[in-house]
Amino acid sequence: MVGSSTQRLAVQAGDNRLVVESVSKRFGGVVAVQDVSLEVPRGAIVSIIGPNGAGKTSLLNMISGFYKPDTGRVIFDGRDITQKKPSDIAALGIARTFQNIALFSGLTVLDNLMLGRHVRMKAGVLASVVYWGMAQKEDIAHRAACEEIIDFLKLQDLRKQPTASLAYGLRKRVELGRALAVEPSLLLLDEPMGGMNQDEKEDMARYILDVNQERGVTVVLIEHDMGVVMDISDLVVVLDRGRCIAAGTPEEVQRDPAVIQAYLGTAISGEGA
Amino acid sequence: MFHRESGVFKTTYAGDMALYPLPIAKWTMVAIAAVFVVIVPLVVHEYYLSILNLIFIAIVGALGLNILVGYTGQISIGHGAFMSVGAYTAANLAVRLDLPFWLTLPAGGLMAALIGVIVGMPSLRIKGLYLAIATLAGQLIIEWTINHVPAISGGAQASIEVDRPSLFGFEFDTQGRLYFFLLFFAVLAIVATLNLVRSRIGRAFVAVRDQDIAAEIIGINIYRYKLLAFAISSFFAGVCGVLYTYYFGIANYEQFQIIVSIDYLAMIIIGGLGSVLGTIFGAIFITLLPIVIRIFMEEVGSLFFTAAQMANVISGLRLGVFGGLIIFFLIVEPEGLNRLWRNIRSYFRVWPFSY
Repeated sequence: MVGSSTQRLAVQAGDNRLVVESVSKRFGGVVAVQDVSLEVPRGAIVSIIGPNGAGKTSLLNMISGFYKPDTGRVIFDGRDITQKKPSDIAALGIARTFQNIALFSGLTVLDNLMLGRHVRMKAGVLASVVYWGMAQKEDIAHRAACEEIIDFLKLQDLRKQPTASLAYGLRKRVELGRALAVEPSLLLLDEPMGGMNQDEKEDMARYILDVNQERGVTVVLIEHDMGVVMDISDLVVVLDRGRCIAAGTPEEVQRDPAVIQAYLGTAISGEGA
Repeated sequence: MFHRESGVFKTTYAGDMALYPLPIAKWTMVAIAAVFVVIVPLVVHEYYLSILNLIFIAIVGALGLNILVGYTGQISIGHGAFMSVGAYTAANLAVRLDLPFWLTLPAGGLMAALIGVIVGMPSLRIKGLYLAIATLAGQLIIEWTINHVPAISGGAQASIEVDRPSLFGFEFDTQGRLYFFLLFFAVLAIVATLNLVRSRIGRAFVAVRDQDIAAEIIGINIYRYKLLAFAISSFFAGVCGVLYTYYFGIANYEQFQIIVSIDYLAMIIIGGLGSVLGTIFGAIFITLLPIVIRIFMEEVGSLFFTAAQMANVISGLRLGVFGGLIIFFLIVEPEGLNRLWRNIRSYFRVWPFSY
């Protein structure tokens, strides 16, 4: 699988969905991200790994517009989005999920997905208040799109359940569904498998691969499970203390001495650590 | 018992998303409508119609407040003042320019919406208690302004008398006639709110309430939607104020003091935040409460108190019972009367075979 995706990437080389140009972010005296660059080819799955506090989520926050980088630029589909608001960035086609699930807990699964369609819908206040007519027609059309995602993620029986009552793994899945409802061309996933058991991880990995291959969505994910990362990623980027210490295919990264040092510490003598 | 869902299959999204998906619920609504339009005005005494009229007005204002507080999660202690903005706008237009109600009513609503957006601006930066204080300041500033600017308040007593509303020469001059006038606007407000909260805008409001960060990430401009919630909510409040003005025949800032803001908050808390039906329950409850207390005290209290003491006792008792009930509801059923109603309904849903 890795071989084929490397091939796929070769075809599309130079055609990047997302380019992050040497961004830095500091909070007071703490440097969260320093001079990190990132190239995400169209259609790739790129994983960002690194120890806790390496700046992975901060980097994601800069891409999705929550943080404004102190220096550097974020370019999405050739357009500079560095200074744009998160809601505008979403409308351009970047969706994301959160490390600590951020669902609308008072709403049903279906309404959460429908909210994902928000930027694709138009009904204003008057149309909404009148409802019968334009708003209803629009709601029905977008309901169909949400039902497709419900089918895809096998959430049929949970449609009308409030998300607050769902189990952890299911909430993660609903959050993925809400991100998909935005119809993104770039999907940012912050630890989509955090806190899951092996079965749930495998399910989620399958969904991510399907999203990538069937829907052609470019994926950037943060994940701690190395097995999953090495299996599904086309490219891996390693952050440590705010800096990018390695980037490349999973094989390259695994052999990289800087990565081994960051994860395992410095070898004292010979092979053993 | 009354809500048999079995055997009802929905085959279209429209059917599934209908306000009343069950046939029995539809027929119930038709029956309720018939009762209120035909039977009530025929058989109910003028005095009780006047109470119903007050409830209709309260429903409009409380629905507006619930859109803001219950659905969008922003608090306002300034709604009494927004009502007065609507009331004085309409009264001035009606008296000075002799405009009919179908112009003064939306005008009052729009002016209140404008002021509401200005008072709601702090919500862009602050939440919760801080926002409560900011809107409280709005309430006091508006109260003071209306009371001290004769150009708005009409000079002496800060009150403006208006004629009863009329349509095509038909004057709504009795409680029986005002009943239809107010019923129309109450129903309009209920339908508008039901539609609003189930559509794109209403979902976005709830998203801002539940998870503002996630709302932003899926493309909801939370600043715009917070202000929109303030605008819509104050529009309802403004209309509510105009209706009060036509009901009493006078716009008077004393009808819209801070206690009114608190009353309306009590309505939606006791009724149920984020629920249209709960709002209606709450409006009925809070409107009836002082009336029931008065009737009760007039019957029972006369055994213990002299007529002179009675007025004091009633007003004191009203405040006491009012405060006690809010505390009671917050502790026992934080989700309000609507939750009680849902519990009753879900009990009878499978009754008598509730295994």
